[in-house]
Amino acid sequence: MAQHQVKFTQDGGLPVALTTIDKVVNWGRSNSLWALTYGLACCGIEMMASGASRYDFDRFGTIFRASPRQADVLIIAGTLTKKHAEFIKRLYDQMTEPRWVISMGSCANTGGMFNTYATVQGADRIVPVDLYLPGCAPRPETLQYGVMLLQKKIRSEKAIKAQKPKRLL
Amino acid sequence: MRRYVPKDDVQKKAYYTDRYWVAPQVPKEKVASDKVFAEDLKAIKAKFKVLDAYIQVEQMVVYIRPEDNVAVLELMKKELAYTQLSEMSAVDFLSQRGEFDVFYQMLSMSKRKRIRVKCTLKEGEAIESVEKLFRSADWSEREMYDMFGIKVNNHPFFKRILMPDDWEGHPLLKTYPLHGDEFAAWYEVDKIFGKEARDIIGPEIRDDAAVDRYDTKRFARLGHEVPYGAEIPEGEPAVKTEYQEDDGVFLIERFEKDNSTVITDRDR
Ligand code: SF4
Repeated sequence: MAQHQVKFTQDGGLPVALTTIDKVVNWGRSNSLWALTYGLACCGIEMMASGASRYDFDRFGTIFRASPRQADVLIIAGTLTKKHAEFIKRLYDQMTEPRWVISMGSCANTGGMFNTYATVQGADRIVPVDLYLPGCAPRPETLQYGVMLLQKKIRSEKAIKAQKPKRLL
Repeated sequence: MRRYVPKDDVQKKAYYTDRYWVAPQVPKEKVASDKVFAEDLKAIKAKFKVLDAYIQVEQMVVYIRPEDNVAVLELMKKELAYTQLSEMSAVDFLSQRGEFDVFYQMLSMSKRKRIRVKCTLKEGEAIESVEKLFRSADWSEREMYDMFGIKVNNHPFFKRILMPDDWEGHPLLKTYPLHGDEFAAWYEVDKIFGKEARDIIGPEIRDDAAVDRYDTKRFARLGHEVPYGAEIPEGEPAVKTEYQEDDGVFLIERFEKDNSTVITDRDR
């Protein structure tokens, strides 16, 4: 037994930190956002650059996974064609709750310059989108800032309340 | 946005109305002006009917009958050393002449010459596949069908190549609208959610010139992040662009903008 008096909750008396479950869970969720590799066009190159050493996504806990089952965030990076639309819906459905979607670049936001018959005019016609990144293509800094904003958004969500699954319809 | 006008008769109506204006054409030369081409043409003419032949931009253009296409290409490959089919497709002249032009772009590496073999097809007519002679025709013929709807006989695997299998219409026809017809506009919604969802999802927004800074559903505000669909009053105050809450985040050190280092020397 220690002779001196231990103030448990002050001065780092014991490795104890008091917080709420919401905060702990959201801290975990927001700092381990595993992203699905989803480069569809030129924006995909910027997404890869964000993951590589110069911009280094890993330090945000954002690690790219090749399987939707292991992913929390779907970064739609590029032009979504009508032929591909059903696959993005299928992959989104395979991701486990809770899940988030970042729409990266003009093409994924609105169809961008591809104002044609073959391009989906905005990925939000297929899946619910949390964050839209403007740009053609957005620089890796934009994507990093977007992920930070998404983290902030996650931190403001209630974690224990049974989350309503996000659906477009 | 410019209003979309159906272009059904775009070929019939003259673009320029100046009655003295003559559309410039690349000058055509006589085949006899080039010795190699003249001999090639003689060899083709000996066995097949040639409707027209001339030289344009140092390439010979030969019009043949569509039923001769495989035999002509075989002759050119086996005897005239045109061993590569570098490209083939069709051109839509339906409203001008009521027919398609199908062209085969041939290349001879040994003669260093190119010949374009052309034939015309009425709408609904089919052409024989040249895939047995040139493997490159496999995908080109599928693309030709996909884009123009021209059927190819005896193709080993005949289906669409670019558009989805259940697509309707052939997009490279001059009559096909750029923004897609009714089927194309609702394709992904119909397929994924069903036709009932059309009302909920709504029509495509094709007006790429529309900007509304108070519409927070469709427009991002750089440096003024607001939640999706939030109401923005006129003259709203600027929102600070910091990505952390004021009271800090559990277990994460707060990032202070003022204490950060900005690296200006790229080679540091
Ligand atoms: S937004 Fe620009 S960079 Fe991104 S996929 Fe579209 S065209 Fe490419």
